[in-house]
Amino acid sequence: MDWSNDGLDPSNFETCVKKYRLEIKHKILFIIALIVGTVVLSSYSTTLGTMDIGFLDTYRIIWEHIIGDIKDTTLDFLVVEYRLPRVCAAIITGVGLSICGCLMQGVLKNPLADPYTTGVSSGAAFGATLVMTTGFLAAITGFATVISAFVFAMVPITVIIMMSKFSNASPTTMIMAGIGVMYVFNAFTTLMMLWADPMNLTNLYRWQVGSIAMVSSWANIPYMAGVVIVGLIIMMVLSKQLNVLASGDESAKSMGINADRLRLVSLVLTGVVSAGVVSFTGLIGFVGLVCPHIVRMFVGSDNKYLIPGSAALGAFVLLVADTIGKSGWIGFTIQTGVVMAFIGGPVFLWLILRRSNQAW
Amino acid sequence: MTKIELSHVSFAYNPEEPVLKDISMTFEEPGLYCILGPNGVGKSTVVKCICKINEHTEGDIFIDGQNTKELRYKDIAKVVSFVPATSNEMFSMSVIDTIMIGRYNKRKWGQEEEDLRQVYKAMNLLHIENLAYHKSNQLSAGQHQKVSLARGLVQEPKVLILDEPTANLDVKYQVYVTELLRAIAKQNQMIIIMISHDLNITAKYADRIIMMARPGVVYTVGTPEEVITSENIEHVYGIKSTIIKDPNVGVPVVILGESLMDNE
Repeated sequence: MDWSNDGLDPSNFETCVKKYRLEIKHKILFIIALIVGTVVLSSYSTTLGTMDIGFLDTYRIIWEHIIGDIKDTTLDFLVVEYRLPRVCAAIITGVGLSICGCLMQGVLKNPLADPYTTGVSSGAAFGATLVMTTGFLAAITGFATVISAFVFAMVPITVIIMMSKFSNASPTTMIMAGIGVMYVFNAFTTLMMLWADPMNLTNLYRWQVGSIAMVSSWANIPYMAGVVIVGLIIMMVLSKQLNVLASGDESAKSMGINADRLRLVSLVLTGVVSAGVVSFTGLIGFVGLVCPHIVRMFVGSDNKYLIPGSAALGAFVLLVADTIGKSGWIGFTIQTGVVMAFIGGPVFLWLILRRSNQAW
Repeated sequence: MTKIELSHVSFAYNPEEPVLKDISMTFEEPGLYCILGPNGVGKSTVVKCICKINEHTEGDIFIDGQNTKELRYKDIAKVVSFVPATSNEMFSMSVIDTIMIGRYNKRKWGQEEEDLRQVYKAMNLLHIENLAYHKSNQLSAGQHQKVSLARGLVQEPKVLILDEPTANLDVKYQVYVTELLRAIAKQNQMIIIMISHDLNITAKYADRIIMMARPGVVYTVGTPEEVITSENIEHVYGIKSTIIKDPNVGVPVVILGESLMDNE
């Protein structure tokens, strides 16, 4: 387009372009730093457990396993078959929950949106409780808890979508619908827990607190990884459209985006990814809520960097939580969900204080 | 040349209280079109119907002969861009990234520098290049409005629609932005439609004025001389006025009198 004052000062424009590129470089460096941190922490986390294995020894054991020259089958089993899947599960879970929180907050325009506030976690909890207390599906498949948790986790998302289809609901109404469904599921879950056999309650409670230890084998990893990787790729493909949606529904429509459809697609996506993760690990809170907010402070709200940044920080933070939980530093091991709540709660309060009167 | 035609368009949230009633008008000649009218007469609604942000309940809207009911948002966005009166971003981006969003339909792989050039030009034009890396939640309402306007400009549409683009600006920038819009319309043979509440700025810069009145109807359409009359102002706004001619440019100037509401 030709505008009347086209006489731009080239040096000012050059400075602007340089600064823009430098900002992008900083964002990419932040994400790379998190990925490197996660890789280093993964190695350290693999050394921790009932038997101490040296930092470099873990690499040697993994390398020997890859080339098929296993010298110590016990160490090989411990590292490759037990500790490594747990580390992978922590990374995948962190990535999955964090990108879901990031996407939900963006499309629902609400800084509190995450798998908890949209009812996904409550649905999953109900599904798991149903299997653990009544044996529903348990006779048919060993994955009964996972399947039931996944199916019921999708119920709140379905309700939100139906509501938005029939009543043209706003993002706020969608969150409120999620909260409504959450209370209904919580009531049923509590009722079933009251009737449950005390023997089942421990398992049930452990599931509800959430732990990566429940995924300490390779058997579950492909399902979790598949859902999370596909979800992450789709979110990255949608990132430009999500940026347009962030400028408001009216602006988005005028720029050619079907805002309502994009919101629904995003909700289905977050439902599938978060349900695909929590149905294996149980309910782990705060990752989806806190990580995207921290990443926004460093890379801004451009989804092109925010989504991968949230994925990287989610992986790092959950790995930190799981490493602390299993380290036994305080004399006993703690469930990942509990550690995450101890970390996430204060961090969230700090974020609120830091933001005080500003918008997010 | 782009043509927008509204034919017997009505819109209602509730069938008993129509917001727009049987609106018919055509935008064909390039230039600055201003929509005037009191609050609640459907000015924003009618422009949102053109962009399909609101879907009209009766009648038809044609963009270059194609009915908008059969067009996708993407197709409409290639021709028309809309700058809303307010933005409701929950998470703030930097000003440069916010304006860059406007290039969504134009962006091509490896052409980032051209996008940045357009963005920088728009910032330069609106004197906000010093705010490029400020977050949008650090801006004043007026600065925010300039950013929205810049985002609308970088879309390079054939038809640019603006909902009260000068509402939060100081007098200097109200005049500057309106002058700018008129110049852009002339230079690029574009149709620019803006909603305004300032009768004098509209009278000075608009090529054509659409005056709307209750209950959601077009009261009159024409040049500033034809529309800005004391009779029309009294009928539409309920206010007495005296119209004189600007001795320099010959456009009508409104001297507002008493509100008739006070006399009732």
